[in-house]
Amino acid sequence: MIGDTFGWLTDAAHWRSTNFDTGIWDQLLAHVGFSAIALVVALLVGLPLGLWIGHTGRATWLVTVVNAVRALPTVGVLVLLVVVIAPNFYGRTNAGYLIPTEIVLVLLAVPPILSNAYAGVQNVPPAVRDAAFGMGMTGRQVLARVELPNALPLIFSGFRSATLQVIATATIASYVTLGGLGRFIYDGLAQQDYPQMISGGLLVAALALSVDLLLALVQRYTVSRGLTGRLPRAGRVRREGADSRSAVLTEELASQGAR
Amino acid sequence: MIRFDRATKKYPDGTVAVDELELEAPTGQITVLVGPSGCGKTTSLRMVNRMIEPTSGTIWLDDTDTASMPAHELRRKIGYVIQHAGLFPHRTIVDNVATVPYLLGTGKREARSRAMELLERVGLDPAFAKRYPAQLSGGQQQRVGVARALAADPPVMLMDEPFSAVDPVVRDQLQDEFLRLQGELGKTIVFVTHDIDEAIKLGDRVAVLRVGGTLAQVAPPAELLSRPVDSFVAGFVGRDRGYRALGFTESGALPTHDEPTARLGEAVPQGHDLVLVVDGEQRPQGWLDPASARGTVEESDLLRGGTLATQGGTLRAALDACLSSPSRRGVVVDEQGRLLGSLTAREVLDLIERDEEPA
Ligand SMILES: Nc1ncnc2c1ncn2[C@@H]1O[C@H](COP(=O)(O)OP(=O)(O)O)[C@@H](O)[C@H]1O
Ligand SMILES: [Mg+2]
Repeated sequence: MIGDTFGWLTDAAHWRSTNFDTGIWDQLLAHVGFSAIALVVALLVGLPLGLWIGHTGRATWLVTVVNAVRALPTVGVLVLLVVVIAPNFYGRTNAGYLIPTEIVLVLLAVPPILSNAYAGVQNVPPAVRDAAFGMGMTGRQVLARVELPNALPLIFSGFRSATLQVIATATIASYVTLGGLGRFIYDGLAQQDYPQMISGGLLVAALALSVDLLLALVQRYTVSRGLTGRLPRAGRVRREGADSRSAVLTEELASQGAR
Repeated sequence: MIRFDRATKKYPDGTVAVDELELEAPTGQITVLVGPSGCGKTTSLRMVNRMIEPTSGTIWLDDTDTASMPAHELRRKIGYVIQHAGLFPHRTIVDNVATVPYLLGTGKREARSRAMELLERVGLDPAFAKRYPAQLSGGQQQRVGVARALAADPPVMLMDEPFSAVDPVVRDQLQDEFLRLQGELGKTIVFVTHDIDEAIKLGDRVAVLRVGGTLAQVAPPAELLSRPVDSFVAGFVGRDRGYRALGFTESGALPTHDEPTARLGEAVPQGHDLVLVVDGEQRPQGWLDPASARGTVEESDLLRGGTLATQGGTLRAALDACLSSPSRRGVVVDEQGRLLGSLTAREVLDLIERDEEPA
């Protein structure tokens, strides 16, 4: 089986598209496309909202509600949305399937992004916030110059965990006739072509890990060294730097903070 | 000058934290607010820079009503130091110090070079400039907090228990340096503490508040110790206030006796009485018990622990030198630390009694 899978993956014909078949490269591109759209939308919604709730302390119930959304069964929601939305689109457009897919992915990505942004701001020590206002910063300056940079480690961990989930779950696009790496999984399953199916899974995992690595790199150069504990001398470090390895933990923390 | 004009703060839950406070903090002086926990010190202080808005009353900065300008503009003109320093963890020390100049639009280069000067001024090595707050000890962070408050050279400083989270030795050091700094800068300072000793050490004037946010007494420290207005102030000021009050009485020229001395490395002298050991420049090193030492005088033979009274110091220091001395003879030195002679506690008590007789 391992040999067959290896054979399938190293077959150059599987990578290029033909008139009848879409190759790995193009499905990869499609997969990245679905994921990127969902993540950008989720970031645009979740980040400002999370920062705002953390900064003002208002509408904290929203964090709880958003976290409850995680409990929705993904496939169930997708099917429901397709049934409702798809009939409104006719002809050659695939919008009837694309929109439900993106909605499901956004619903998946917003909770970790929003609740981690909220928790990140909430975790800024009160003395630090107090000093920021006391120095004469306006509310916006406190948010932009103090709360946001201090929340970055948690924001990154939320975004990275959202990214992993979205990339993994974007396979369901294929469940509703769209492309993406999920195609190989569903086709493999339907045709009992297990090497193809396993290859699809491996490709999704490889993509998710590569993107996470990339984000880890961005994080490393964005987050202040004063927060990460990566300090030149092996000095005293009081604040533990939060990173994505503790993503699960920090999300738990976030949902507790919202209670 | 800062003036509280019937300033009142009533919190939404009904707590009256500060009640019609009338108080003046004179220009160029340290005014200390002191009192038991919950008496409204922090609330009073934070009303000055409007971190808390008064429910009624006015707070004046010279001739300006503090309510007459946007709060953030007011705060940029007022230095603010808090208990846990509140340094920004994501910024280097030098950028922490330059916070207010950045807000005021000062260029990066200028703001940083001023910040470097200030770091030196508060006794921090310039090597700290590029570090982050997490790499500093509590005492060092507090110094940075003071430097940050001074960065835009505000005429007024508010300090809320800035030294109470550090250990006693460091606290003492920070207090001394703070007084030295204030000697150079002459800021108008309101300083909050719950520690009466700190209040007495630092304050030009000390305001004692009682729970409920009313003023019990404002006075210079010596007066507070010698003439508390009521039993609350007397109780708060503490039981050994008589002894502490001596800290404000200059001793004048202390009458000293010659004290026989020995030196390190010399032969141990004969006799039973403790002998004072000095170094080559007549600086006292400790006492020697001739009965328990042999041969020559060694460092390890010395009894230490006696404090030294400096000629021209306070009666408290003189009395303490006597009481802490192993021989019960208090050692008096000159400004350079060289031995002048010794005196006894009885002689200091005579001085105290003479001092208290009406002139
Ligand atoms: N935000 C607040 N809401 C309600 N009560 C408060 C608040 N802040 C302080 N208090 C109350 O006001 C009183 C004075 O508090 P504070 O000024 O902090 O005292 P201190 O600094 O002297 O210890 C206390 O009884 C405290 O419990
Ligand atoms: Mg207080």
